[in-house]
Amino acid sequence: MKVKVIVTLKNGVLDPQGKAIQQTLNGMTFDNVSEVRQGKYFDIEVNESDESKAKSQVEEMCKKLLANLVIEDYKIL
Amino acid sequence: MKSSVIIFPGSNCDRDMNVALNKFGFKNQMVWHNDAEIPKSDLIVLPGGFSYGDYLRCGSIAGKSRIIKSVVNFANSGGLVLGICNGFQILTETGLLPGILQQNKYLNFICKNVFVKIKNKENKYFKNINKEVLELHIAHNEGNYFCSKDELKSIEDNGQIAVTYCDDKGNEDEYNNPNGAIKNIAGIFNKDKNILGMMPHPERMIDPFLSGEDGSLFFENLIGNV
Repeated sequence: MKVKVIVTLKNGVLDPQGKAIQQTLNGMTFDNVSEVRQGKYFDIEVNESDESKAKSQVEEMCKKLLANLVIEDYKIL
Repeated sequence: MKSSVIIFPGSNCDRDMNVALNKFGFKNQMVWHNDAEIPKSDLIVLPGGFSYGDYLRCGSIAGKSRIIKSVVNFANSGGLVLGICNGFQILTETGLLPGILQQNKYLNFICKNVFVKIKNKENKYFKNINKEVLELHIAHNEGNYFCSKDELKSIEDNGQIAVTYCDDKGNEDEYNNPNGAIKNIAGIFNKDKNILGMMPHPERMIDPFLSGEDGSLFFENLIGNV
């Protein structure tokens, strides 16, 4: 089954790319954009039919590789 | 004294490091990342570069490569492990050093000479260097050191800050912080001070005609203390 993961920077961690995107959007007349936070999205095909087993495996993957928990949070969708 | 430089796909400072280590008396060997064991060494160096194209996060993939288990075992048994630039990033990703190197604050790749202040000399890396400020070279896009407040307190309390960005007189102000690193941190130790990770490249400062000689001071001191 396919498991989807989103990794984002934790609140309070500086996101210079997000800031640059926000400023560019403001410059393009999207004046009402007050903040952009950039993240990563993963589509993971796991050879496992049991959804909870697959998700718990992906959770391990997030902790060990996909996210660095010093600055990032992950969300399994 | 034997040293080993690990080569990852995308390492590009491995040969400079090899030249530097041999010049100052190490008998250096190059070790491929997919080897299982590291030959007997007194020092292991993780060189600069762009291991695995900096995919996912800088150093994250290299941090899971086959050779790393041996590096971790060597480090945990008190062996000297030095990570320069991408090597520093790999050390944080393996968990051997706390914190992480984020993208530079102003989103630019920085390639220039900087001054760094030696913050702790009670270790083999800086023990007998008769200078407080060294001129070294940096070249990186992700050198913005970051860690949590609690971690920073523990790093400071344990004397783990190795070098900080400063001016030629040793002033560690924001103006002389090239990448936004917390507390101007350019390099840190583990608690036992046998592991050092730093962004500046001492191997690029070993020739008075090409660059400068403050890197020579670093390697001369290191071989004297190994």
